[in-house]
Amino acid sequence: MRDLTQIWVYLSASPLLFLTLTLIAFQFGTWIYQRSGGLPLFNPVLIAVIVLVALLSLTGTSYETYFEGAQFVHFLLGPATVALAIPLYRQFERVRRSALALGVSLICGSLTAIVSALGIGWLTGASHDTLMSLAPKSVTAPVAMAITEQLGGLPSLTAVLVMLTGITGAILGPMLLTLIGVSDWRARGFALGAASHGIGTARALQESEIAGAFSGLAMGLNALATAILLPLLWRLVF
Amino acid sequence: MLASLTLILGCQLAGELFSQVLALPIPGPVIGMVILFAMLMIRGQVPAPLQATADGLLSHLSLLFVPAGVGVMVHLHLMAENWWPITAALIGSTLATIAVTALVMVWIDRLTGKAAEGESDA
Repeated sequence: MRDLTQIWVYLSASPLLFLTLTLIAFQFGTWIYQRSGGLPLFNPVLIAVIVLVALLSLTGTSYETYFEGAQFVHFLLGPATVALAIPLYRQFERVRRSALALGVSLICGSLTAIVSALGIGWLTGASHDTLMSLAPKSVTAPVAMAITEQLGGLPSLTAVLVMLTGITGAILGPMLLTLIGVSDWRARGFALGAASHGIGTARALQESEIAGAFSGLAMGLNALATAILLPLLWRLVF
Repeated sequence: MLASLTLILGCQLAGELFSQVLALPIPGPVIGMVILFAMLMIRGQVPAPLQATADGLLSHLSLLFVPAGVGVMVHLHLMAENWWPITAALIGSTLATIAVTALVMVWIDRLTGKAAEGESDA
């Protein structure tokens, strides 16, 4: 019988291992989340990420090796984003009726995201790289990375901050919305999508289809708004 | 199932093409979403197989973010150095954005008399 290290080396060379481990870690996260009675802190994505990072660190596996397997899950993000057209279509009558409210609140939300991230980061002494990587944090990862690159920050750090923003919004967002008395599904979904892009949208879809549709819409619109507003603001300030 | 998956991938591909050719600041999948949405508007309904495929993709949407999330390990060092500004900015700014977006929307709806259309029991 070959020893364990050899078997590990063999298995980790194929995408199968890390693909399977990603699914297991997520299901473990979902299980914990359900066992906790849906406690927001036990977010399944957060748990899966912690478990996988611990596992990769302990086994000395690089992120590149991990991603060779996990890329098959990652790839589905694209088609899933396209599929958000369906809840949006089914809720379109509602969207059309509140077009004005959506437009104004999106611009306010987009500006709040940029200015507050830069302001808080600056006040607490963030490094220059960190500041520029923080600025587009509320935007879906591919757009956020492109914006950071344009500003001269670190796109890969932005990708991480975008993820953490999404998880933060998914954990704290619904509680905050209930606390400030926002019970309208449209506003709840729209705010989650504007602040926490796809992860917020995944959370909103769990609340209701209406919330999910407005969240997906906010994610798309905020990508556009931030891509236009942030470079303009940047030029004004610096 | 196969036809609807092909349709979704086709929309994404078309979106990527648009994004690249016109050098738009919007990613391909988001444009793909707009294309599929336009097609549904023209058709006037969601075909059942497409609905089933979309449900399949969206029912575990948060799983799809795990591989990118694990990327956190690459930047643990930089983040440890800036942990306080990052934590403060992420939590403060995300909460501020959610509150401002939701409240502005609720206020405008109230002003224009369109409140209570999406009421929930949350």
